Amino acid sequence: MTLSPYFSLTVLFVAALAFGLTPLGLAWLWGRAFSPAKPNATKNAIYECGLESRGDAWMQFRPAYYLYAIIFLIFDVEAVFLLPFAVVFTGLGYAACLSMLVFVLLLVEGLAWAWAKGVLTWE
Amino acid sequence: MAVDEKLKIELGKQGVFVTTLQELYNWGRRSSIWPMQFGLACCAIEMIATTMARYDMARFGAEVFRPSPRQADLMIVSGTVTKKMAPQVVRLYNQMAEPKYVIAMGACAISGGPFKQGYNVLKGIDRYIPVDVHIPGCPPRPEALLHAFITLQKKIDEQHLTGEERPPHLDGGAQGEFPVPEYGEHDLEPPSNPGVWPVPITIR
Repeated sequence: MTLSPYFSLTVLFVAALAFGLTPLGLAWLWGRAFSPAKPNATKNAIYECGLESRGDAWMQFRPAYYLYAIIFLIFDVEAVFLLPFAVVFTGLGYAACLSMLVFVLLLVEGLAWAWAKGVLTWE
Repeated sequence: MAVDEKLKIELGKQGVFVTTLQELYNWGRRSSIWPMQFGLACCAIEMIATTMARYDMARFGAEVFRPSPRQADLMIVSGTVTKKMAPQVVRLYNQMAEPKYVIAMGACAISGGPFKQGYNVLKGIDRYIPVDVHIPGCPPRPEALLHAFITLQKKIDEQHLTGEERPPHLDGGAQGEFPVPEYGEHDLEPPSNPGVWPVPITIR
């Protein structure tokens, strides 16, 4: 009878699993036998550097960073694409011009959004 | 079951190592005490020095300072405990998983020290939580902290798994929660935990 080539891998896998699970199991058994759990409200409370936690952690944050991301796309990434576009502009077909127009218009929309949000005003 | 000491030494000479479950357990516990990473005052600087290369607390298996009480075994109260800070210290002690130990480091942590007369200083952290080792000094040198640590290791070595004198973490009936004091009008409420620190009777 020839052994499957995966047999040794299976043995190693089981050994690795046992290596990890045996100490956990022993610790669990030890805890059951000797060291009883003593949970209480203070112990199970949320850890907040010793202070009592206030409010809910699931509140809304305002991710203001996306405005910077839009501005970066408009003034930096767009320029990177516009430059090669301008160089080969005379040799381009309708399809290429149209797709470039869509790209630029999408970013213009972003610019309008940022403008409306007042990002362009210097404070 | 205890092993006869003489027999153990004799067997050791022959190359046979004999131990008990209790010794093995205590050896494991005392060799990997992870302290909690928090410092209160100037003693904390000495505590930091103890962990660094010159004094090297890692020799005793205690170099892993944990930033969370859930993973820590040892609370080193290193410095002045103000009344503002005391509830937080007690709450952190409560949040530590058992077994847990406390070293009160320095004059302030054990009695209030030079600030004992101050209105805002707690006169010893042992008023609220059970302290295993007290170290005097202002601040204690790193050698003193190492000595306290070795003392704690010896204490752990002598603990029993079963019986009346077993440590609190092996005793299901032992006190699990230590009341966190509140800010009162003039002092912390309560001013001490009578279960931990019986108020001494003043004789005038």
